[in-house]
Amino acid sequence: MNNYQQNGDDFFLYVLNQNEHIKTTCSEFDSSEYEVRRRYQDFLWLKSRLEENYPTLIIHPLPEKFVMKSMVERFNDDFIETRRKALHRFLNRITEHPILSCSHHFKVFLTEEELAPHRKLGPGFLSRMSETMRAMANSVRGLRSKLEEFAVMQAYVDDFSNKMCSVDKVTHRIIKEHREYMDELKQYGPTYFQWAESEELLAEPLKGVGSCVERCSKETEEQIQHLSEVLVPTLHEYVLCADTLKAVMRRRDNIQAEFEAKNEALASRTTDKEMEVDDLADRVEQANNALRGDWSRWRTSMRADLKSAFISTAAKNVDYYEKVSLTYCPSSLYAVCLQTSRTLASWFFRAAVLPHRC
Amino acid sequence: MLNPVWNFQGFFSVVRMRIASSADSSSNNSRSQMIMADSGSSDEVAVICNTDITSTESENNLINTMVERGTALLKKMEISVAEADKRTGKNTVNMQETYTVYLIETRPAESVSEEGTPVAPDTLWRRYSEFELLRTYLLVTYPYIIVPPLPEKRAEFVWHKLSADNLDPDFVERRRVGLENFLLRLASHPVLSNDNIFFLFLTEEKGWREAVLETGFQDKADSRLKSLSAMFRVKNPDKRFTALKHYSEDLSTVISQLLRIRARVADRLYGVYKVHANYGRVFSEWSAIEKEMGDGLQSAGHHMDTYAASIDDILEEEEHYADQLKEYLFYTEAVRSVCRKHELIQYELEMAAQDLSYKKQQKEELETGTVRIFSLKGMTSKLFGQETQEQRESKVSALEQSIQEGEDALKEKNAESQEFVEKAWNDIERFKEQKEKDLREALISYAIMQISMCKKGIQVWSNAKECFNKM
Repeated sequence: MNNYQQNGDDFFLYVLNQNEHIKTTCSEFDSSEYEVRRRYQDFLWLKSRLEENYPTLIIHPLPEKFVMKSMVERFNDDFIETRRKALHRFLNRITEHPILSCSHHFKVFLTEEELAPHRKLGPGFLSRMSETMRAMANSVRGLRSKLEEFAVMQAYVDDFSNKMCSVDKVTHRIIKEHREYMDELKQYGPTYFQWAESEELLAEPLKGVGSCVERCSKETEEQIQHLSEVLVPTLHEYVLCADTLKAVMRRRDNIQAEFEAKNEALASRTTDKEMEVDDLADRVEQANNALRGDWSRWRTSMRADLKSAFISTAAKNVDYYEKVSLTYCPSSLYAVCLQTSRTLASWFFRAAVLPHRC
Repeated sequence: MLNPVWNFQGFFSVVRMRIASSADSSSNNSRSQMIMADSGSSDEVAVICNTDITSTESENNLINTMVERGTALLKKMEISVAEADKRTGKNTVNMQETYTVYLIETRPAESVSEEGTPVAPDTLWRRYSEFELLRTYLLVTYPYIIVPPLPEKRAEFVWHKLSADNLDPDFVERRRVGLENFLLRLASHPVLSNDNIFFLFLTEEKGWREAVLETGFQDKADSRLKSLSAMFRVKNPDKRFTALKHYSEDLSTVISQLLRIRARVADRLYGVYKVHANYGRVFSEWSAIEKEMGDGLQSAGHHMDTYAASIDDILEEEEHYADQLKEYLFYTEAVRSVCRKHELIQYELEMAAQDLSYKKQQKEELETGTVRIFSLKGMTSKLFGQETQEQRESKVSALEQSIQEGEDALKEKNAESQEFVEKAWNDIERFKEQKEKDLREALISYAIMQISMCKKGIQVWSNAKECFNKM
């Protein structure tokens, strides 16, 4: 997925470029090039189709429709870019998924010029309504028995959701503190330059320190940018993932509940609904297996994603301190030391240069 | 005694002490050998002391610098402000109050007893108000000298974590260091170090107050104060002094601004570091629910806690830098005071000259009978008749005497002014040199502080990165 363009005031379109590099396990995919235009709503359609067909598979989240707390205007460049990247990740995850990538809807999404006719097919509004109502009814009834493993999974999902929200919040606070620090630095640096104006011999070292402070402020800005571009989106996606997981668990529970309901009905009156109950039993089996399989897949990629984001953040921080450290030990400052005293100078040299490269 | 320790972490407490001198002086006196890493070559690295440097050790370093300048006083004694203590007593309005006293230790220089251990010092206790009294006395007695300032009475330019409370132990400690610095500056001043009252301040606990008051400096102070607060305009201001006055005003403004902003920067930096403690907490909680990621997260969390905690030491070191700047901020006040006193002398000189020339003109008028200056006397004599010859002659002789007195007074004032200017510019040159050196070192030590902070940061985040790698 490459770029976007504006078409009227209402929405942005996303242009998808496909080429042979997209690998899927599905041989149905032909390898010609496609270029299609999609709106955000189309992505929503795709997601809901996939959820419907594969209720207990874990689908990577879409970026949110609205960003409430953000001060960013709905359609400004940063917002669009962030969203574009998230949509890109969404599609890539599907491509990598052994089952989802074979989805008919996915193929349609990627290849058909016009999506509108396809959107009309599929379960209509009413059937979707009834499904929701059934789900609600089932949740009221409650599950008869839940397998231990899914209870554990549920507990984990709840905890994970909490932790992700916390980490996300802390990260935003860190960004805020960095910003305020940077703002103060921007006033701090010029004061040294102002002082240098009324000095003679002191002007050199004063200007030196002033420019170091300015550099520090620039590096802090980059640090903020890195956090916003790498860690924040990843954490945010996993906050949304937690919600996805909760939904998946719910759907699995509903499938089980539906089966149990029909099973009960069968037991209380002898009808030929046995067939239906068998189908439902199969459905439960399938759903559970699908979830099991996807669960470990998801855990692996969660671990990889978060690990990578944290490593990148730590590396950036190391880089930040290295750069600032380097600013403060340029040769000019060393020369100033020399004027003062050779002892201080050689000492400074060692302090600044060893053990770290300068 | 000090062990030469190459301890990067601890050097700040020394840097503040202007360790630069040993390479400058070829006369490696024995003290500098003890403190600096011993060597013949001046390329030798200076010793960085541990952070638990005692006051005697830190003062040793300072003395090292100042002894190079060689005042007689420092050559014969070591001075330090060793401790602080609380006392309660009745104050002037007979109310109980708690105040802090500081222990001043003096020891004959290069004193070693038979066993080779240092001789026990003489000690006495002084409170801050006594330091103030000493300074006021010096200001009045040596008006042409830029008298070193005292550390601030109340904490200013505090960032929010620093206490503004006068009884707070950190404030007291910083003040102790500041008072020691004040005494050492006095002791190394070519003129002030020879003052007897200063010597008594260091050596006589009782009776010192009376001795100061006996000098009668209060009277001088009162009259000077009155004239200083009066508004007067000098007709021919000395350009050099005017320039110096403007410079010190500029310096005062810019250092105040710098200190204010630095305090805000410190506040913000504190916020950045402390927020990371939340990572520590959350990672720890999160690690409890993870299997493979658990260990990595847990240990990363510990590093986050370390990172958050490290800011306290970092900012405490920075306070030394702020104190160095503050000292020069307060110095500008002393400089301005010298300029004002010069203005006063200049004004008095101009007044004396003016007065003399007026009298001379009066005499001339009386002698020649011409009225050049309008005066009531002249008018009345025109209206009511001339004075008699006798009257005029007696007036002339009275005037002549007055003129003679005026000329003597003018000569005296001139001499006074010249002496003041000469002595003042001597001290101003000395002060300029001292300022350049001290501030340059302060800036360098600030840079070194920043580098050290960065190195700590690099270490913590590298460690954290390793932990994340194990996730």
